[in-house]
Amino acid sequence: MSANIPGDQQRGGESRQVLTFVLGEETYGVDILRVQEIRGWSAVTKIPHAPPHVLGVLNLRGSIVPIVDLRMRFALERAEYTAITVIIVMSVVTSSGRRDFGVVVDGVSDVVDVNSAEVKPAPELGARGATDYLLGLVSIAERMVVLLDIDRLIGRDLSAIAGGEDGESMAADAA
Amino acid sequence: MTVDLTQFHDAFFEESFEALDAMEAALLKLDIGAPDPELINTIFRVAHSIKGGSATFGFAEIASFTHSLETLLDELRSGAMPVSEDVSDVLLKSVDIMRAMLRAVQAKQPINSQRVSDLQFDLEVIIARNNQAPSPAAVAQLPAASAAPRWQVRFRPYRELLARGNDPLRMLRELHELGETRVQIDAQNLPLLTDIEPQDCHLAWTLELPGEVSEEAIRQVFDWAEGDCDLEVARLPDPATDLAVQAQPSPPPPAEAAVAIEPPPPPGALQEPPSAAPALDASTAAARPENAVKTDPAMSAHADSGSIRVSVDKIDELMNTVGELVITQAMLSQLGGQFQGPQAEQLRAGLVQLERNMRELQESVMRVRMLPISFVFSRFPRMVRDLAHRLGKQIELKLTGEQTELDKTVLEKIGDPLVHLVRNCIDHGIEPPEKRIASGKPPAGTVHLDAAHRGGNIAVEVSDDGGGLDKARILAKARSRGLVGANDTLSDAEIYELIFLPGFSTADKTTDVSGRGVGMDVVRRNVKSLGGAIEVSSESGRGSRFTITLPLTLAIVDGQSVAVGTETYIVPLISIVESMQLKSGSVSRLSGQGEVFSFRGDYLPIIRLHQVFGVEPRTRALHEGLVVVAEGDGRRVGLFVDDLLGQQQVVIKSLETNYGHIEGISGATILGDGSVALILDVPGLIHVASMRLAA
Repeated sequence: MSANIPGDQQRGGESRQVLTFVLGEETYGVDILRVQEIRGWSAVTKIPHAPPHVLGVLNLRGSIVPIVDLRMRFALERAEYTAITVIIVMSVVTSSGRRDFGVVVDGVSDVVDVNSAEVKPAPELGARGATDYLLGLVSIAERMVVLLDIDRLIGRDLSAIAGGEDGESMAADAA
Repeated sequence: MTVDLTQFHDAFFEESFEALDAMEAALLKLDIGAPDPELINTIFRVAHSIKGGSATFGFAEIASFTHSLETLLDELRSGAMPVSEDVSDVLLKSVDIMRAMLRAVQAKQPINSQRVSDLQFDLEVIIARNNQAPSPAAVAQLPAASAAPRWQVRFRPYRELLARGNDPLRMLRELHELGETRVQIDAQNLPLLTDIEPQDCHLAWTLELPGEVSEEAIRQVFDWAEGDCDLEVARLPDPATDLAVQAQPSPPPPAEAAVAIEPPPPPGALQEPPSAAPALDASTAAARPENAVKTDPAMSAHADSGSIRVSVDKIDELMNTVGELVITQAMLSQLGGQFQGPQAEQLRAGLVQLERNMRELQESVMRVRMLPISFVFSRFPRMVRDLAHRLGKQIELKLTGEQTELDKTVLEKIGDPLVHLVRNCIDHGIEPPEKRIASGKPPAGTVHLDAAHRGGNIAVEVSDDGGGLDKARILAKARSRGLVGANDTLSDAEIYELIFLPGFSTADKTTDVSGRGVGMDVVRRNVKSLGGAIEVSSESGRGSRFTITLPLTLAIVDGQSVAVGTETYIVPLISIVESMQLKSGSVSRLSGQGEVFSFRGDYLPIIRLHQVFGVEPRTRALHEGLVVVAEGDGRRVGLFVDDLLGQQQVVIKSLETNYGHIEGISGATILGDGSVALILDVPGLIHVASMRLAA
């Protein structure tokens, strides 16, 4: 399947701001409007029965926010969490409404303007079908930036947790 | 410039519907023959305020109808017409009609004028009939006139009365000691609240005393106030007629005491009609919570400023903010404990003060959300009356504990389950009168709704004195549906459990009341979703009892913090039986799998929290850690933890907002250091652990 490019980008010429961050060797970008805040690493509270890339939950000004390790999500080599590890808190829109979550990344780079005309579709990478969360690729200062569709990337995970197997066992409980 | 009145429509409709509910409740409580004047007043006020509102907004039909209604009510109020079954029926119908009219106007639909004018005609017929033949009951209502004409005392204090050290309340009390006193307050001169001068007396009184009292005694009471007030003492010309107009039919003497005491003039106090403070004995007080809670603020025009409408969202926001403040305060307290130096003591004192204030603030905010359960109970009298009529049964509804307060969210969700239960009681529980008489019971069955606080919970009971659950029939039905094997023997409790299965119904025929097989499972699911439980007990021929236990609020839980490895978990105190240390060797293994220990003669399974949650514990040796004996869904287990940390009230935060449901966890909270701790859901945890064992 080809890259999913929202309508306004197809009309061309429109630019949007993207927050870029680094994971290992790669640079990724997300729509700045989705970013709630950027904060330093602090210890999380583990949640039982969570997928491995969901590290746990944090208190974000009174609400409980799950923290996802993007390196683990992308099956990259694990990095140690240090004082300079950064958590980007974003919001995703899922079938069950807006959810906030934090992603652990190696570091935040920049906020850049991306002209939608410059976004190239991501090539299909074999039959893995796991690349539909890529919005496309864009070249910024001679570096390739991977634009992420976080609704697909994280939202789907969260929906699975909320409505999937646990949802069924809730129903079993109630019976 | 004209004011756009439509902006007030919503408020008018909302208030009117509420007022109608109150009117209905008052009507249902109205005793035929011996009506409580306060109830009639309540009803009158509703009609009056709806009439006023609809006339203002130009809803002519409603205004015209309520005008006729008011005329009738006025007759009742003055005692000129007795309250009969007919009148009560017509009044109840009027409530329905007014509701229908208001709904129609609200939805901008045409009003069904035929129904309205029919009923209006009925109303007028009743009025006309009464005027032709003055009812003897009306005369009987009046208090027996005393031999001597009664005294009328007009007491009009000057503004400076209070400043000169006189206390009108004391005078009124003294007057009452002389003899039964009727008081009418005149608050005409009461200025606006903004202009009021608390040192000034703005009120005046007209009092009536029995004729036997000497004029001298009356005047003596006012001795000290001489020169500070206008005082007139005069004999009333004809006590009987005057009384009928001026005062309600005589309440018993204790009521008079309350009336006399009621209008002390803390200047600035809002005017209360003298009848608004009838002395209620405990039972009537309990039986009429709506009057206290709902009708008065909503209807008496003068008390309006006593309450405001606030959207629940705003309160929730407030709750959230307060919750965060509590966390910040806990954080500061923890930090403050570590400070050294000359000012550390002061800092700590301040922090202690802060903590106390925080707690009060939190409690007040919680209380804002708490409403008496009468808001739910009040819908039942009408429902029971109608259902009983329809099914040809005689049913008395008993409501107790209506003042029990609980969180609005819980309150809203408990209504439907209760309706289900009450319907079931009436339809299946209470037998028809003939059958009741045959089995030696009074023909009228009783359905009893009760609410009470029990520990940190509220227990709502629905019981009836009907036939009880038919065990044989339930069992037969379950067997025929293959839910129970033909040869299985079940305990009573297990049989009662069957009625909570989805789609289970023993009703032979489906009525429009119940018996469609949706019900008890929905009831249980709703109750469970509120963190509550429902239990049944029943005795054949004596009735059945459903007990719903609910948490008071969904926002806060009393918890015991426990440590497992580096993690902290909160165990709700309500589930904890006790905590203990196991001696080495006191644990046995069952067929090499589950571990059990002996607790008060029972063997309880041990759930190792570190295993269930996949955490690295400090110790795996059972005698080195602690076991928290916890109970959930009627089962007891020992939760193995590293250590107990402390008890605290925690604010429950949802994990589901941003994440999802986790089995064995009911939510999360934020600890004093800002970190997150998970709150255990003990029944869920037992479920998870038994699944693990089974796997």
